[in-house]
Amino acid sequence: MTAETAAPAAEFGRSRLRKEDARLITGQTNWTDNITLPGLVHMAFVRSPFAHARITSVDVSAARAMPGVIAAFSGVDFPEQGSLPCAWPVTPDIVMPPHPPMATEEVRYVGEAVAVVVARDRYAAADAVEAVQVEYEPLPPVLDMRTALDESSPKVHPQGNKCFEWVFGNGDIDAAFRDAPVVLERNYRQQRLIPSAMEPRAVVAAWVADEVTLWSATQIPHVLRFALAAFFAIPEQNIRVIAPDVGGGFGSKLQVTAEEVLAVLVAKRVGRPVKWTESRSEGNLTVHHGRDQWQRIRVAADHDGRLRGLSVDLLANMGAYLMLVTPGVPLLGAFMFNSIYKMDAYSFRCTGIFTTEVPTDAYRGAGRPEATFGIERTMDELASELGMDPMELRRRNWIKHEEFPFTTIAGLTYDSGNYEAATARAVELFGYHDLRAEQERRRASGDPVQLGIGISTFTEMCGLAPSRVLGSLSYGAGGWESASVRMLPTGKVEVVTGSSAHGQGHETAWSQIVAEKLGVPFEDIRVLHGDTQVSPKGMDTYGSRSLTVGGVALNGACDKVIAKAKVIASGMLEAPPEEIEFAHGVFSARGGSGKTSTIQEIALATFAAHNLPDGVEPSLDSEATYDPDNFSFPHGTHLCATEVDTETGEVSIRSYVAVDDVGRAVNPLIVEGQVHGGLAQGIAQALFEEAVYDDDGNLLTTTLADYLIPSAADLPSYITDRTETPATTNPLGVKGVGEAGTIASTPAVVNAILDAVRHLGVRDIPMPCTPERVWRAVQAARESGGAR
Amino acid sequence: MIPSAFDYTRPTSVDEAIRALTDAGEDGKVIAGGQSLLPLMRLRLAAPAMLVDVGALGDLRGIRDEGDWLWIGALTTHDEVVHDPLIREHCGLLSQAAGTVADPAVRHRGTLGGSLAHADPAADLPAVAVALDATLLARGPGGERSIGAGEFFQDYLTTALGPGEILTGVRVPKLGEGWGYHYEKFHRTAQAWAIVGVAAVARRSNGQIGEARIGLANMGTVPVRASAAEAAAAGAAADRDALREAAQRADEGTSPPSDLHGAADYRRHLARVLTGRALAVASGV
Ligand SMILES: Cc1cc2nc3c(=O)[nH]c(=O)nc-3n(C[C@H](O)[C@H](O)[C@H](O)COP(=O)(O)OP(=O)(O)OC[C@H]3O[C@@H](n4cnc5c(N)ncnc54)[C@H](O)[C@@H]3O)c2cc1C
Repeated sequence: MTAETAAPAAEFGRSRLRKEDARLITGQTNWTDNITLPGLVHMAFVRSPFAHARITSVDVSAARAMPGVIAAFSGVDFPEQGSLPCAWPVTPDIVMPPHPPMATEEVRYVGEAVAVVVARDRYAAADAVEAVQVEYEPLPPVLDMRTALDESSPKVHPQGNKCFEWVFGNGDIDAAFRDAPVVLERNYRQQRLIPSAMEPRAVVAAWVADEVTLWSATQIPHVLRFALAAFFAIPEQNIRVIAPDVGGGFGSKLQVTAEEVLAVLVAKRVGRPVKWTESRSEGNLTVHHGRDQWQRIRVAADHDGRLRGLSVDLLANMGAYLMLVTPGVPLLGAFMFNSIYKMDAYSFRCTGIFTTEVPTDAYRGAGRPEATFGIERTMDELASELGMDPMELRRRNWIKHEEFPFTTIAGLTYDSGNYEAATARAVELFGYHDLRAEQERRRASGDPVQLGIGISTFTEMCGLAPSRVLGSLSYGAGGWESASVRMLPTGKVEVVTGSSAHGQGHETAWSQIVAEKLGVPFEDIRVLHGDTQVSPKGMDTYGSRSLTVGGVALNGACDKVIAKAKVIASGMLEAPPEEIEFAHGVFSARGGSGKTSTIQEIALATFAAHNLPDGVEPSLDSEATYDPDNFSFPHGTHLCATEVDTETGEVSIRSYVAVDDVGRAVNPLIVEGQVHGGLAQGIAQALFEEAVYDDDGNLLTTTLADYLIPSAADLPSYITDRTETPATTNPLGVKGVGEAGTIASTPAVVNAILDAVRHLGVRDIPMPCTPERVWRAVQAARESGGAR
Repeated sequence: MIPSAFDYTRPTSVDEAIRALTDAGEDGKVIAGGQSLLPLMRLRLAAPAMLVDVGALGDLRGIRDEGDWLWIGALTTHDEVVHDPLIREHCGLLSQAAGTVADPAVRHRGTLGGSLAHADPAADLPAVAVALDATLLARGPGGERSIGAGEFFQDYLTTALGPGEILTGVRVPKLGEGWGYHYEKFHRTAQAWAIVGVAAVARRSNGQIGEARIGLANMGTVPVRASAAEAAAAGAAADRDALREAAQRADEGTSPPSDLHGAADYRRHLARVLTGRALAVASGV
């Protein structure tokens, strides 16, 4: 760590175990599926077996007659169902087809809901699903983005398969490429991924008179409440959304889902509370998927490796419909392909395309992993083309630490960073030079197991987001966050946050911030979140925003409490407010009487309110909202060594070093946890995970036997460390960490694999780099004459 | 993931179990550890109307040294197979392979008998059973009989067990002096099924391979013996090159599937490479 930060105070920077973990790990808590209400009934959905078909009839009568069944409905039974919202119309002429929660005329992906049955228990509901008769007239599926825009392609929607085209650029791109000594083009596939939160989605909806309460395993209770009000005509004041403990989301629960909306409508219709919990297979079929792009990347450089220009052309699969932020996800990458590098010109184009597949939307990193992969893979390719060490190429192009703040070619201003420091530490921990030497030896001896080194010097933009920037990108909401702090009469503290934790450890980190600021014991702080009646204002949790926006809001709320307590203390200590000092929970009068008062004593005095200064309201609480001025730009250097068995294609990760710079760490243990989980997901994209559709548009990877998620046994022991370059854009100096590991690691692994076999003539291997694909790539290279 | 409705009985004697199964006819199914049957039921790919739980049948439990072979009760869990000292000593290949099955939770519930009776060609233990020339012991309405592993596996998820028949145990010949073994499982994640699995035993004498037996997982609709490679290995020099040469014939006579995890030609290639490796370890070279 660099020495430029002040010594961390007792709470800030302390690796505490997480206070919420006992209940989360034991499951002794209110997961949505654990909630039961008097009279609760269960929903089960009938889902389309066709990727694309016209619905000719839906007959639910047999299902209705089955034992235990209360009701059964098809889409036409809900004329009020409206359309699921998309909050991000990225261009003025974007095509936004209607998206009824339950299909009425046409189905456009396998798994789309066409009917719902409601029964006394889940067993009866599952049986009744089989009794619903649906007739379809199959239509041709649309499965390949690359041909979807052909004149001859079948159409997903009457308006055609093109959703939008979004272009962006800066600098003279033609000049950059004209006469460039080196021009390289690469095409990469970002495969489709299924966000696999440990807790499947679950919903409970209950009406009492005209008030509805919706419990949902969601990341976004506040946005969901707003959406129900704005798009489904339920008066906002009558809606309460509760996200109880939520078991992960990774973006998949940053959504307004068909099942949530239908739960609300069905509960009203049957006059009883309803519940729905998806199975893993149902989830794989219907939860929004992530990634799914074709990337065409062209780079122009000088012989010495200096970058001149970068041109990016994306096809982004929207799937069948636009969900909450579907079209915006690839654009979050638009500002990140240039990454940490300086260049003269940049151009970006993204075409959003409809297919008959599950809609895509945010998945951990959302747009930035794709961008980071594109540039980091290309840097390695360019290094190979130039015959230059890939680290040296990066070093020649990256922004130097003394150049911050730095406005990039994509127009973002990076406030801070130190790529040299993170890289130096990573290179040291990794043993970069020794591994290069070993690699040479193995190449020379023709070892069937080859060694490769992969680099990813990444940054990302997170801490979503300055509201005005979101506005300029046509997003439908702001990016602020709210927090409030209540001192209770006995000196304990209740914190209310608009961030919506779903496994990240907010309760611990927020307690540490408050303990640090107010000087109250960590144990005395209770953090409340995830219930719009308890925490009425918020923008929720996604995009690594909680600490950098919500945590900063909390910091502001603490400041307000201190300011008010000072006024009260000045009365109690009989000194003017400007002479009151506050440290470690104790107010004292500067140089004066020697009298002191703890913040807890002030809280009690406020409750009694016997002797408050004139004009002071009897409360010690505050509320603060924070809208960031800028994004957060964590960065780091990740190095991966892989061993590739050229006989079988098997890849094993021999070592993985991640040196991240997330600014100041409130709780280094939580940071470490986020990095570990992030790495697992990024490595999973490189090696294991892929949602696969067959030629008819059936999802083949519906179970965890076919959609392979790595476990601890499949992952290396990571070597992690941090450098600490505080953010200058917020008073805490913090940067986001929730997505960093995922964003950084995928290209590090794939670069390492390519580095192991490039000398054999292999130029690319599509992700996930399965043994079979690696083996075939090596075979093909050998057959076509081997090394270039 | 909700199965269709079913009845359930847990008899306490084998005769009672056979009767319950016979009465249920086509609709009846034995359940042991449930690790293969329950997933199928939850996906509604199987919907037996009657489950006969064999878990309380003492006759199906235990591990006994019976001289030239071990008798291993059908209800022996994978985890017990991994750790039992008798099995480790005399049938180490079985312990090694059982240790590669799924994860600890599955290994504590799933049984050896269930794995064999389920007859999934992708499973690990059936391939071991054919490599070890195990004998499967069944009891049914017609009494007791023994079935060689080679005849037991008849087709995909289909065995020689007749209506009302229960697998009670397995006789596994002890590996004698001079024999070595190795199970080479190729899979993408630690908990995943084998893309190809190779179970090999080899006897080495005087720098040569006296005899080798090789069972292949996921190379057809049943676990198969790599007979051509076995023949090529017999008499071969006990060195890597010779064994790799013999292993080139490992896929002869197989008909591997093509699926998400590997195309048939890749599986054939893997069978050859992995057989070479398994033979090398089994014969200690
Ligand atoms: C997540 C997961 C991963 C797995 N991975 C692997 C793997 O990598 N490799 C592998 O080999 N296996 C794997 N399995 C399968 C596992 O080995 C099962 O335990 C085993 O196949 C079945 O044993 P069981 O006792 O659970 O049988 P059950 O599921 O109870 O029964 C399976 C079948 O055998 C029949 N049966 C069971 N016992 C008898 C008996 N005594 N007589 C007659 N018929 C009987 C049943 O009627 C049923 O048809 C996995 C299972 C799971 C859930």
